[in-house]
Amino acid sequence: MKAKETVQDKKIPLFKKRDFQLLVGTVIFWAIFYTLTKFGMMNLYWMHIINVSLIYVILTTSLNLINGFSGQFSIGHMGFAAVGAYTSATLTTIVWNLPSHGVGPFSLFILSVILGGIAAAFIGFLIGLPTLRLRGDYLAIVTLAFGEIIRVVINSINFVGGPRGIPGIPRFSSFTVIVIFTFLSVIVLRNIIYSSIGRALLSIREDEVASELVGVHTTYYKVLGFTVGAFFAGIGGALLAHLIQYINPLQFGFMATIYVLIMVYIGGVGSLSGSIVAAIGITFLSEGLRLGLDKLDQVTPFHVGPEWRMVIFSVLLVATMLYKTNGLMGDMEFKVLIPEEEDENAKHGA
Amino acid sequence: MGSIFNLQQIINGIQIGSIYALISIGYTLVYGIIQLINFAHGDFYMVGAYAAYFAVMFSAARKEHPNVLIVLLISMTAGAIVAFLSNRIAYRPLRYKPRLSALITAIGVSMFLEYTSSAIPAIGPSYRAFPQSALIPEHTYKIGHAILSNYQIVNMSVAVVLMVVLTYIVQYTRIGMAMRASAQDKDAARLMGIDIEYIIDFTFIIGGALAGAAGLLTGITYPRINPYMGIIPGLKAFIAAVLGGIGSVPGAMLGSYILGFSEVFGMAINSILGEGIAYAILILVLIFLPQGLLGKKTGEKV
Repeated sequence: MKAKETVQDKKIPLFKKRDFQLLVGTVIFWAIFYTLTKFGMMNLYWMHIINVSLIYVILTTSLNLINGFSGQFSIGHMGFAAVGAYTSATLTTIVWNLPSHGVGPFSLFILSVILGGIAAAFIGFLIGLPTLRLRGDYLAIVTLAFGEIIRVVINSINFVGGPRGIPGIPRFSSFTVIVIFTFLSVIVLRNIIYSSIGRALLSIREDEVASELVGVHTTYYKVLGFTVGAFFAGIGGALLAHLIQYINPLQFGFMATIYVLIMVYIGGVGSLSGSIVAAIGITFLSEGLRLGLDKLDQVTPFHVGPEWRMVIFSVLLVATMLYKTNGLMGDMEFKVLIPEEEDENAKHGA
Repeated sequence: MGSIFNLQQIINGIQIGSIYALISIGYTLVYGIIQLINFAHGDFYMVGAYAAYFAVMFSAARKEHPNVLIVLLISMTAGAIVAFLSNRIAYRPLRYKPRLSALITAIGVSMFLEYTSSAIPAIGPSYRAFPQSALIPEHTYKIGHAILSNYQIVNMSVAVVLMVVLTYIVQYTRIGMAMRASAQDKDAARLMGIDIEYIIDFTFIIGGALAGAAGLLTGITYPRINPYMGIIPGLKAFIAAVLGGIGSVPGAMLGSYILGFSEVFGMAINSILGEGIAYAILILVLIFLPQGLLGKKTGEKV
């Protein structure tokens, strides 16, 4: 009895307080919107935007792991999303030809999403291994080139539709599925960031030479971080494919990556909270601006196109870099996203 | 069906190579001095093409015959002004911040130029036909089985002349010497009394002017322009600069022609996969020859 108590004292509880708060918060968020849609009180268009914004949370936080926490500069993130989307959609739509209902097809869909993530991670590993030895800005060009190569390769494979893309993908990505995947991605990324891997990545970002001198295997950790980031990009891509039910190579082009990049850098490098806020905020801002510009177009005598949205975002990006280089929430986190053990470290300034 | 290595392909290769060369020189000059991959460089080229387009349209509307040299000067000036302004507004304040911030800003500037152009009603997002026949009437010459148009001759010769002028500036003038000194060691150059910011401005202006000229030449030979036309040629010109050894002007020229030829022959073999050959070259170069063909091998300073 006494021995059991000492074990009890040392045992780390399965759910710590903040994890519990995060879980409850997510469940409440899910429950509110789920009930609203169930009773038809929620505009389906805005529901779709919420789904898209949550997928962008996955894409942005995973890119932040690469660009923000490990200080690399990847601009081919949507290329990995394309690998995930194509792998998973090829399996569900072309190979298995699943119906969009039923438990069996649904579990196959979950499997396909995870396989999509693994495929993206594998490609990320292949790209990262040779290039992460090089200096940061070369990685930018290689990842950019990789995004183009993916497009060219997919265009030339007739089995996955070539430039026509894959239409008629079953709509498996429900709100519930997306919330669960987003929650899990954020938790896993947070745990990685506060693990020894995360510390190694941060040390590489701060000073690569110094961290190598204290024994951090820099290439190993950079490739690891890159692969994990690519994995979650693949997951995000797979979910996106099963939400919008149609994919083609152009959707995953350079411009799509830029969109995610803007979210990362405006939200803040090295801040998961910033990425979450920016992903949701910018998705909604973008849709709001679309409506606003349409209204403005009707009022003004000359044409005001939706292109002005991207003008606004580019000005925001440059202004962020000029006046607040680390982004809105650079290196800051919401308290629920910091493990409780970290408080001690923060107190001692570690 | 003859061999793919025929005269026509060689002409096409030289022509594409010339355009890449004009763009990649700007990349390599800027990278040599401030180690910035200026993603917006391809958009300076787009601005040059549109400036030429409007110049030709303007004189056509006034029923005048536009002078090629004046149009060339206009597009070079437009490219130079945009390059100068983007340096002053976006890159200069970040000179002593981490290099990555300038890189992200460059992406922002590039997006700004593209989307502003497509949002302004006078330019618009759709393709426009470049009025090349209003500028120069077309003549074609037959050499064996190959067809050479006077557009291609103008294209190649203007590119060669500009490259000669540039080489003269960089190698034989005082400001060229200052540019080379700044590329070698910025701090030492400053101690020798060189105004670094002035040199950087000048570098951007030269790079922007060459990119603007490339925009006009592209408009003449491939008469289809749109606000996003700079992205892919910009990227490929950068690849050419890396292939030749970034920081080296002769390297950029050599790399551009090699890239031009490989693309033309690659496309002749397989039109879809040929599109990706530039990227394959880039990855191979970065793995096996990171310093490029003519670049200097540098160790990392601690």
